[in-house]
Amino acid sequence: MKTQNVMIVGVGGQGSLLASKLLGRLLLNKGYDIKVSEVHGMSQRGGSVVTYVRFGDKVYSPVIDKGQADFIVSFELLEAARWTEYLKPGGRIITNTQKINPMPVIIGAAEYPEALEEKMKQSGIDLDALDALTLAEQAGSAKAVNLVLMGRLSKYFDIPQEEWMQAIEASVPPKFLEMNKIAFKLGAEA
Amino acid sequence: MKQLILGNEAVARGLYEAGCSFVSSYPGTPSTEITEAVAKYPEVYAEWAPNEKVAMEAAFGASLAGRRSFCGMKHVGLNVAADPLFTISYTGVNGGMVIGVADDAGMHSSQNEQDSRHYARAAKIPMLEPSDSAEALAFAKLAYELSEQFDTPVLLKMCTRVSHSQSVVETGERVECVKEYKKDIPKYVMMPGNAKKRHPVVEARTKALIAYAEEAAINRVESGKNNAIGIITSSTSYQYVKEVCGDTYPVLKIGMIWPLPEEKIRQFAASVDRLVVVEELDGFIESHCRDLGLTCTGKSEFSCIDELMPLTVAAKLATPWQTGIKLEDVIPPRPPVMCAGCPHRGLFYTLKKNKITVLGDIGCYTLGAVAPLSAVDSVICMGASVSGLHGFSKSQQGAMDGNTVAVIGDSTFMHSGITGLVNMAYNESNATVIIVDNSITGMTGHQQNPTTGFNLKGDPCAKIDLETLCHAVGIRRVRVIDPYNLKECEAVIKEELAANEPSVIISRRPCALLKYVKHNAPLAVDTDKCVGCKACMKIGCPAISIVDGKAKVDETLCVGCGVCEQLCKFGALQSPKEV
Repeated sequence: MKTQNVMIVGVGGQGSLLASKLLGRLLLNKGYDIKVSEVHGMSQRGGSVVTYVRFGDKVYSPVIDKGQADFIVSFELLEAARWTEYLKPGGRIITNTQKINPMPVIIGAAEYPEALEEKMKQSGIDLDALDALTLAEQAGSAKAVNLVLMGRLSKYFDIPQEEWMQAIEASVPPKFLEMNKIAFKLGAEA
Repeated sequence: MKQLILGNEAVARGLYEAGCSFVSSYPGTPSTEITEAVAKYPEVYAEWAPNEKVAMEAAFGASLAGRRSFCGMKHVGLNVAADPLFTISYTGVNGGMVIGVADDAGMHSSQNEQDSRHYARAAKIPMLEPSDSAEALAFAKLAYELSEQFDTPVLLKMCTRVSHSQSVVETGERVECVKEYKKDIPKYVMMPGNAKKRHPVVEARTKALIAYAEEAAINRVESGKNNAIGIITSSTSYQYVKEVCGDTYPVLKIGMIWPLPEEKIRQFAASVDRLVVVEELDGFIESHCRDLGLTCTGKSEFSCIDELMPLTVAAKLATPWQTGIKLEDVIPPRPPVMCAGCPHRGLFYTLKKNKITVLGDIGCYTLGAVAPLSAVDSVICMGASVSGLHGFSKSQQGAMDGNTVAVIGDSTFMHSGITGLVNMAYNESNATVIIVDNSITGMTGHQQNPTTGFNLKGDPCAKIDLETLCHAVGIRRVRVIDPYNLKECEAVIKEELAANEPSVIISRRPCALLKYVKHNAPLAVDTDKCVGCKACMKIGCPAISIVDGKAKVDETLCVGCGVCEQLCKFGALQSPKEV
């Protein structure tokens, strides 16, 4: 299989590492070669973060460069807009519509651009936007945004839901398992 | 068993399987997880040392005693440990000794972009360079074999993209490996008479290692369809070359980056029309090729600045693909910030308010330099705040006294702030050092250190008392403040700056992200009282913003530290019980 590229982007501390862990587990179970490249250290402190997930018959590069991503899963709207150049022609962005102001906006040194959803769609980007925060809260915790978005991503993958559930079981502490499963389903069905 | 693991975890697995039984490291991105992961094996003794020099010397001691040992660090950590490095090269080892060093091209979390490969050549120590997790595991094991076969420490060089990428590995079983300690003065006592005899041994060893490099399976030629170009590459650059070029051109994949083979490279060069070296940061392999008298291109096409990326390789060696759509809007950057409730915030606010010059240091508190706090004047390396403050203050002959401080974290102070403080006491500088004690090593992801009372394995242990330590080196004035209390903070800083002798202020409050730290309820905004003066915005808290002219607190981020409440003259920011 030709290598598939998924970028998970967001704001440091939003839980993208769990999303990549889940994907890694799922795809390893499927027998793919896989590479997951994460961000550690300084940028985790509320900065812009990106994780690359690549899978296929044989994967070399651990990173995804501009124009290579089949999917960009974004935890925050501005972050989706930041990484559009990384999308492959025909690729899709799945984004949470939540807005988190970066420090330059908070202190008034920059503005959060208006109407980013519309602008992305108008520029020809295949955009699937959803209010993952509200769905996560419905599931029981604002922290489950990552599972809502993974649920949404699963719609575009030809992998049965029970295999996703197995991967969730292997990635999430038992205490939060039910809540995360609900979040996943809400994302998949929304 | 097949597993998907980080390059750093793969190194840890390799150490375990090779029978390594002693690990001493200092945390530093991107190297930290090697030591965290290896600490989970009960067969391996693992510890955080106060700094990289101590870690390397401890690992040498274990090797001398006959155990396979390891020390891990980031690229700048190797600078700290350079002193033992160059001499352990002379003594060689008893039990195998491996030194892990992780570079950070692109400076994701570092103060410079140095290329650690130069250390291998300078210290004449062989260096292996894996390109993914499977190689990280295999090379860690091979490193011990080479260490004992050639009687040398071995450097295992990682980089951000190998350390922090997960890829698939097959794990094996552990093999115990223990040697006896034998006293050997000429080999291990490096005074001139003995060291003079060891240097020729090192040179002979290098020759033997070059012979090994000629035959080593980890320096392998992968054939290609088109000999118009031949590519020499290693580490993550190899992955980008394969990603972009597949098997179009022959590739000489280097696994041992020093010493490099000579004949193998000459033969490879002779088999292709044009030789291209693809490597990240400096032209290390390229220089070697030129020393061999070969014509090649390298850094003229692939910059020595920043990370290499696949598209850059494609632009030079294949057909670059089209990039995605770029929006017309200016997307504001999202730099890292101090977390909501970070205990450093109140301190930096106070320092800025009083226009104090701050010599800063390495840690989360480096972010005190970021707007709107913009409170830090210099950051160089671990410990430089304290020693720099001494020079700054002394050279001004008192003109800046009362207006200049050093700010250093608890872990960084233990790492290399103490000697600077000794200098301040000994040579009598009249300045103030502020130790921001958040009871953890924060930036690298919460590692224990000698001031926390817990060791790497999480067990309770001896706890260094900072107050006693400062007194012991000759500082009479030592004060403790709570950085959440702005009034106290300001009063104590003013008093200590006014004093006519060196002093230390310990700004003590645990990191707000520590699990045991209890958070208060988020603050509420009384919109009737809020006049939108933005005084609360001066601290750069990510939980506060101005919406429709009024302050707004993000309840998911706010931990109720109450610092903003102290800035509001109108009583608009309130703890919930007061509303």
